Amino acid sequence: MAIRSRVLHETPSQTAGPFVHIGCTPNRIGLAYAYRGQDLGERLFDNGVPGQRIVVEGCVFDGIGTPVKDGMVEIWQADHKGLFNSPQDRRGQSSLGFSGWGRQATDPETGEFSFRTIKPGETPFVDGRMQAPFISFWIVARGVNLGLHTRMYFPDEAERNRQDPVLSKLEHACRIQTLIASCVSDNHYRFDIRLQGEGETVFFDV
Amino acid sequence: MIKFSKLATKEQEPVVEGFFHREFHRHPPAYTPRYKSSVVRSPKLALVSIPNSLSELTGPVFGHGILGDDDNDLTVNYADAGMRPALGERIIVHGRVLDERDKGVPGVLVEIWQANAGGRYRHFKDGYLAPLDESFGGFGRTVTDAEGGYEFRTVRPGPYPWPNGINDWRPSHIHFSLFGAGLAQRLITQMYFEGDPLIPHCPIVNSIPEPSLVDSLVARLDLANTVPMDARAYRFDIVLRGRRSSQFENRS
Ligand SMILES: [Fe+2]
Repeated sequence: MAIRSRVLHETPSQTAGPFVHIGCTPNRIGLAYAYRGQDLGERLFDNGVPGQRIVVEGCVFDGIGTPVKDGMVEIWQADHKGLFNSPQDRRGQSSLGFSGWGRQATDPETGEFSFRTIKPGETPFVDGRMQAPFISFWIVARGVNLGLHTRMYFPDEAERNRQDPVLSKLEHACRIQTLIASCVSDNHYRFDIRLQGEGETVFFDV
Repeated sequence: MIKFSKLATKEQEPVVEGFFHREFHRHPPAYTPRYKSSVVRSPKLALVSIPNSLSELTGPVFGHGILGDDDNDLTVNYADAGMRPALGERIIVHGRVLDERDKGVPGVLVEIWQANAGGRYRHFKDGYLAPLDESFGGFGRTVTDAEGGYEFRTVRPGPYPWPNGINDWRPSHIHFSLFGAGLAQRLITQMYFEGDPLIPHCPIVNSIPEPSLVDSLVARLDLANTVPMDARAYRFDIVLRGRRSSQFENRS
């Protein structure tokens, strides 16, 4: 089998600009009945899906602490057993009715986002070691030239976080805190994202 | 070669090959001060590089079942039945979504948004003098076919002034959001039009580090696919990151 190589190069990124919602969350900004009234990524799971129901809320802040009110946040995660809703996860079938993918405009007044989802199970790292449960985030906004990848880990998983292959390899251990949500109440987590400056969130090159 | 040896069965060895690493020198850097919004929204610290595991290799699957008949026709998808189509120059924007190995990528969710023919967005934060068009919403979506092909019908968006420098105008452009097979392929970009004199003056265009790369964002007039007496065609191919080797290729 021939190993085929890179012969083309990824198209350059451009900022999503301030109006990304027209294309990605039109109903959220009042373009009623766009795509028959439903934005993609509104719901992560149907009622019957097993697993611990959680809320993940947060805010995206710029370098001077101002909420980013024109951004968009997408999340992607495994189900409660750690299986992804994708034919490419060949370890098994994820929960029926679990999409694993969510998308939200940050609130135009407050910059807040809030997802209802299922707490993910652990998933394997490239070497087969298990990772602590996490949710992948992807953030775009006006002024962001290339979408930003980060991960949210759980505050009630201290032991698994300590052994996690990604967290434990971070050069600056003090920055681990930027990847761990805080606990608002039972099953309710807060994950603020700081684009720049003090407490700048760790962003990944994946 | 990276694989999940602990989890693999003999018949179904889930070979997990990552995407080609991203070539950051071909993308705008985070901090591009002539595009002022980037100044406080650009991370200052280096990105942390991690190998692709399943969370980056996988992503949601968007079947053609999510699409309505007019989702990719912006000239009619906002107008109520019986209303006139959108105002402006009627165009077709089409092309292929390829990966870096020059293979068409099927099943890519392609979402676009744009200003109307006068350069005005249907968005509560756009207060430009140019009026809204009651027949134009400015959003469209499709899913690429088996060869990675896609097509939209729309009107050519107008250039518009924007608050950056005192006299900055965006060239005519269409925003593109692309979701391929894996989270690591996620991309948002903008398409420009061949011959637009505003292109070299735009601070957002100029956030791209080399002028030669800008060329790959410029759609070409495609007379061969123009529909006579109806709409001019523009061709725009997009390249997403490729896999080092397909997960489904037989390695034995
Ligand atoms: Fe725009």
